[in-house]
Amino acid sequence: MQPTSLAFEAKAHAALDNPALQSALGSIKTGWQAGRSRAAEALPEFEALRDRGRDIKNHTLQHLDLYLEMFETKLAAAGGQLHFARDAAEARATVLDLCRTAEARAVTKSKSMVAEEIGINEHLEANGIERIETDLGEYIIQLRKEPPSHLVGPAVHLTKDQVSDLFAEHHGGPRIEDPAALVAEARRVLREKYFQADIGITGANFLVAETGTIVTVTNEGNAELTQGLPRTHIVITSLEKLVPTIDDAFTLLRLLARSATGQEFSAYTTLVTGPKRPADLDGPDRLHVVLVDNGRTKMLGTALQEMLRCIRCGACMNHCPVYLAAGGHAYGWVYVGPMGSVLTPQFAGIEETHTLPNASTFCGRCEAVCPVRIPLPKLMRHWREVQFEKGLTPPTARYGLRAWGFVATRPALYRAVTRAAAAVLGLLGRGTGRFRHLPLAGGWTQSRDLPAPSGTTFMAAWAKQAGRPSEPK
Amino acid sequence: MRPAPSAAAPDRPRVALFVTCLVDLFRPSIGFAAIRLLEAAGCTVEVPKAQTCCGQPAFNSGDRATAEAIARQVLDTFEPYDYVVAPSGSCAGMLRRHLPELFDTDPVARERASVLAERCHELLGFLVDIRGLKEVASHFAGTVTYHDSCSGLRELGVKAQPRQLLLGVPGVDLVEMREPEVCCGFGGTFCVKYPEISTRMVSDKTADIAATGADTLAAGDLGCLMNMAGRLQRQGSKVRAYHVAEILAGPGAGTATLPGIGERRR
Amino acid sequence: MSDAREAVMARIREALGRTPEEDARARERVAAWPREAPPGRIPARGQLEPEARIELFTSMATRVQTDVERVTGAGAIPAAVGRYLRRHNLPQKLVMAPDPVLDEAGWASQPLLRIGRGTASDDDAVGLTLAVAGIAETGTVLLASSPDRPTLLAYLPETCIIVLPTDRIVGAYEQALALYREDASGLPRSLNFITGPSRTGDIAQKLELGAHGPKRLLVVLVDPESTAGQPA
Repeated sequence: MQPTSLAFEAKAHAALDNPALQSALGSIKTGWQAGRSRAAEALPEFEALRDRGRDIKNHTLQHLDLYLEMFETKLAAAGGQLHFARDAAEARATVLDLCRTAEARAVTKSKSMVAEEIGINEHLEANGIERIETDLGEYIIQLRKEPPSHLVGPAVHLTKDQVSDLFAEHHGGPRIEDPAALVAEARRVLREKYFQADIGITGANFLVAETGTIVTVTNEGNAELTQGLPRTHIVITSLEKLVPTIDDAFTLLRLLARSATGQEFSAYTTLVTGPKRPADLDGPDRLHVVLVDNGRTKMLGTALQEMLRCIRCGACMNHCPVYLAAGGHAYGWVYVGPMGSVLTPQFAGIEETHTLPNASTFCGRCEAVCPVRIPLPKLMRHWREVQFEKGLTPPTARYGLRAWGFVATRPALYRAVTRAAAAVLGLLGRGTGRFRHLPLAGGWTQSRDLPAPSGTTFMAAWAKQAGRPSEPK
Repeated sequence: MRPAPSAAAPDRPRVALFVTCLVDLFRPSIGFAAIRLLEAAGCTVEVPKAQTCCGQPAFNSGDRATAEAIARQVLDTFEPYDYVVAPSGSCAGMLRRHLPELFDTDPVARERASVLAERCHELLGFLVDIRGLKEVASHFAGTVTYHDSCSGLRELGVKAQPRQLLLGVPGVDLVEMREPEVCCGFGGTFCVKYPEISTRMVSDKTADIAATGADTLAAGDLGCLMNMAGRLQRQGSKVRAYHVAEILAGPGAGTATLPGIGERRR
Repeated sequence: MSDAREAVMARIREALGRTPEEDARARERVAAWPREAPPGRIPARGQLEPEARIELFTSMATRVQTDVERVTGAGAIPAAVGRYLRRHNLPQKLVMAPDPVLDEAGWASQPLLRIGRGTASDDDAVGLTLAVAGIAETGTVLLASSPDRPTLLAYLPETCIIVLPTDRIVGAYEQALALYREDASGLPRSLNFITGPSRTGDIAQKLELGAHGPKRLLVVLVDPESTAGQPA
């Protein structure tokens, strides 16, 4: 998927003018945001679990080679097959190969962000394989031919009315308005697809090294039907999903749903260890795990390593005022919100995406709610540094910063410049105490007044009083 | 030659006021209010003449070289004092949390920065947590709502301290916004990089302020205050905006002698 | 060993940059890791006396729309199932895990109930299976796949009934998983932690039940008839 992140501002503009989208985004505050806060308060161990979650992920990343070998051995012992993929193209080719070997005509998929990242959807369709998304949100955006706008709720940008229209258009029959009836209709349509599929593709929330186990989490139960009905189960996942032990996975699972939706636990957490066993009455005959690197190993050992702790809960975007104003599609690629602003430059190149790490006030709410304590503002700042070093920062900003630096390291000059600025602006703004328009400050004054300086700087006023504090004149 | 700071927590510490560039240029009364509060808390306040900026605009714009050059200036200027106090969570956060990371390749400067960072504080946090200030001699007639500026709140834990002191001011009626902890949309250069999103954020904030019925907005950061006051005034709101130090250091705030931010001087 | 595998492994080792001595220490850390989990990781909320644990399980499960019925003795299961089907106007027909424990419950007491045995197909409206554990901290039931306990029973039918002996209710997930820690045969193919019926919020964040899996989930808690006779 070609990133369109450079159009962030234009897309945000459109998003702000879209009342349906704004209403949909508004419900994140009352829903997931409030839910996370309630769930965190209801568990006294929550903060300690966050520390532990961070430590588990750090430990795993520091020993990633060893845990990877362990996972590989255990998965093989359980009868599964591991396929490494260096990049998106190799991952797509591997999955297509597996589909061809299974002579698959149709696949069902449950939600996998890595699958979106490698662009498997278009690739399967281009090669004549029918693909049906089974997560209701993913199914909705598949019908709309859109990328997801949120990690957890891919169709969170849509209102019920839009879904009503969509289903009427695609399913035929009368337009349904009742959400329960819409869900029932999707259930009926997708139920058939589960039985027609030759292959089920899922993602993984965690990969457990000690047992070779794949952990998936859903609320709908679609991952279980996706992997349980077809004869072949393919897991598309990535390196950083590894954890050492099952207990570690459960420590992180205690954080995941609470951080994502405010649930104590998602409805379905499934641990799969190998394919169907000899006397089993159900389960897939073959289990393949496609393990994607796609630039992750380049993050190891760098400032960005901390981003590999991410468990894809979406709390950072649910609490980001920029995301809640601009919506997910403004970010222009698979990953959105603060975590997307850190990951997308890595996957799609900073040249095409430097708008994203700048789309933050550094208010720090993302870091404050991150279940594994990823310092997201720090990592966005890292990308701004790369942007600056590569000369991608606009020239006005570059020269402005350099000029400011020149002045700010010369106190006498600084005093002279600020005194002059205060005097001029103070004089100009004397009438009302503020500016409605000011040259070079259009970005500010198009929507707000700019308070005017009082005419003298603090330093000058202080010097005049010879260091005696009292009311300034 | 740098005189060494006196031993930890002396009875009457020497405190350097870090004025901040916005206060210096736009609103000196905040600097004077900070000095009065620090003196009331038993500090000897000095204003180092060589101070300029904390370097945060360059740091947050990815210009490490400029940020580092400014940070060296900060080290040289502020090292001699027991404490460095800024009437801004944003600048204090820069000094306290980020100064050392600017010297990744210079261990000597990094160590100096770490030592200095420990002594840097945001004004309200310093007054209450370090100096144990319980109340101030001020009065103010008005219903006040307090906005938690992001850096002060999330980098430095400034939340209860300003409220505690405000509640002790006769005449102050404190009312809370629905979301006092949500960013006002200022974000330094963010407000000019993404003016529309910033406008949306500050409009949400002013709506939240209006819904409280407060006649006065207080906060601990002039950048956020200029943003919110500027938007309130553009919307024709009568809500007046003050730095919390101006209300606490009174008398003056809310009267003709100290107009609110963006109001005409008499 | 594929090229891709070698390339990815090489990149990881290069990034981690361990010397041979560090490598030996790293292996020791990995070996020690499972024993070094700090205390406080298991929430205190589920660490209760048995009866309080059952109550916590029930209240947490009920909060996520699980129906809970408590009966005494395995012999009371068929009647509880029959009542539930009647109450929800469901046909007296179900597909059941071919598990001896369920077989021995005495289904003759429900002569109207037609029972199939095996895994579920698309036509089955009601599935019945047996849990290996209940977890009080979140009102979760744990199913383990085996030839006697097919997985799809809990996912395909619109109504799912799970039998859970109360003496199988533990406080935390880790305590349920301890069943397998000492077991040489390792983990079952599929371990399914189920916390309430299937749900979605994908249409305008409004909670709807029965997205793909069951719309209704009944957990039949079974107390032993006396302290001497255990049901499962």
